Amino acid sequence: MKEVVIISGKGGTGKTSLTASFAALADNAVVADCDVDAADLHLVLNPQLSEGSEFRSGFAAQIREHACIACGMCASLCRFDAVLENGRATVLGRYRIDTDICEGCGVCAHFCPESAIDLHERICGEWWQAETEYGPLVHARLGVGAENSGKLVSLVRLEARRIAEERNRSLILVDGPPGIGCPVIASVTGASLVVIVTEPTLAGEHDLERILALAEHFSIPAVVCVNKWDINPEITERIEKRTLAVGARPIGRIPYDRIVTEAQVNGQPVVTYSSGPVAERIEGIWLEVLTSI
Amino acid sequence: MKIALASGKGGTGKTTMAVALARAARSPVRLLDCDVEGPNCHLFIKPVLERSEIVTVSVPVVDKNLCKPCGKCAEICRFNAIASIKLAPLFFPELCHACGGCIQVCPENAIGEIQRDVGLLECGSSDGLEFIQGRLMIGEAMATPVIKAVKRYQSDELLTLIDCPPGTACPFAAAVRGCDYVLLVTEPTPFGLHDLKLAVATLRRMGIAAGVIVNRCVDRDNMIAAYCREENIPLHLQVPEQRRIAEASSRGRMLLEVAPEFGSKLREVLQMVTERISGGQR
Repeated sequence: MKEVVIISGKGGTGKTSLTASFAALADNAVVADCDVDAADLHLVLNPQLSEGSEFRSGFAAQIREHACIACGMCASLCRFDAVLENGRATVLGRYRIDTDICEGCGVCAHFCPESAIDLHERICGEWWQAETEYGPLVHARLGVGAENSGKLVSLVRLEARRIAEERNRSLILVDGPPGIGCPVIASVTGASLVVIVTEPTLAGEHDLERILALAEHFSIPAVVCVNKWDINPEITERIEKRTLAVGARPIGRIPYDRIVTEAQVNGQPVVTYSSGPVAERIEGIWLEVLTSI
Repeated sequence: MKIALASGKGGTGKTTMAVALARAARSPVRLLDCDVEGPNCHLFIKPVLERSEIVTVSVPVVDKNLCKPCGKCAEICRFNAIASIKLAPLFFPELCHACGGCIQVCPENAIGEIQRDVGLLECGSSDGLEFIQGRLMIGEAMATPVIKAVKRYQSDELLTLIDCPPGTACPFAAAVRGCDYVLLVTEPTPFGLHDLKLAVATLRRMGIAAGVIVNRCVDRDNMIAAYCREENIPLHLQVPEQRRIAEASSRGRMLLEVAPEFGSKLREVLQMVTERISGGQR
């Protein structure tokens, strides 16, 4: 079983559009959308027969007003400043926990002399197992402003792997999140290959450096493609040279073309929507991905 | 006054707008780059960095001479950062949230804390603009401590502009928390609209007022404009799709250098936002 993760460092370089096209070109894949706090792949893969489940993870503390003696122990122990004191003279409701800030460590609940603090499991989002015309899709939505995106990413990957094993599918395609932090690390660890999509801008180049270092850090082979390469041919060349210098492989360039947005507006992968130069280039890149794994 | 530039979707032009607003403003500005996983403001404003400091988080250490392995530290830890073994606890620092539970619960007072480096904070200036940025170290998972370190520099005394990370998860929430207003920069595509809705839902829950800037618009009557009308969200500015802007931006040139006509429009945006904040409108 091979697992290919599409990442970028910088956001908005075309990860999802490329993943959607890969999904259409692949014969025997399961697709996983791991950009869980801004998941968009379902908008172009049009999932059917979705089956949803809650994602529960972590805890939030809550003070039972009537049991609270307002000793302030919780406020003094909380390292996250999640215990709010509203200064009223009466005991009732003097302390309150801001669940948006609470990290669910449970220290307040453990040390409360009146055992007046409960921990509630958090519902941190939802995930779906769905069918698309290109194969099975696992996607998710992290709850509004919720934590634990890394755990939801791991869950989505695990479910995709389970489906792939059940149905004898040999490839998992993962649409990764931007950045280099927790959800990205959760998306790439143990993967067969990362496909880095970048753009020829100073910002793209700067963030590429960091994502290549991350791939190196976790010893994952990396290939790089440059989207909208003709916006700045000079930086494109610099990016490809740099890619080779750090031991990764440049695998192609995609020209700037409004057709990419058009395909998205029409809810289709670029390679099924059109057969122009962009689609041709992506097909070439896909073949390079296949030879890289 | 604290105004954040955020988006939901990545690559829509948050940094472009943050830098352009910073340059367009007539009053003193402090620019904070809170996109610590990929800080890019510096590529445009080219600041002179005057000082830097390491951002650290606390992680526990055990004094093995004092530890009488009772396992209480592993029991209280909800992040699986401590394994209780026969001789002394084993810590997994990258899982630690620094809640301090193990230190409090240890009956022998055998657990203390040391600092672990997770990021870098850099301060500088560029042409009278005060600039602070954070950088998460490679391989580190938690961006929030670095974002919080940058946000210590936010100020009510002068105009603080905050360039936020993409997405709507905890790094986004940490960056926008405490701001007076959020300008959501998006593009008129299905992805842009979908992620804008998620960002709006998050901000409504947090009780932070927000307005929208549309970038790369081909047609002023687009899907974002329609959404803003429906949801009664102020649409402050639409920036047209222009290849010359994209090309200039790729070389690190700022919006106002190639399209100076946006200077007065951006000042109008700041004026509108200021009025909304002082009027307490949501």
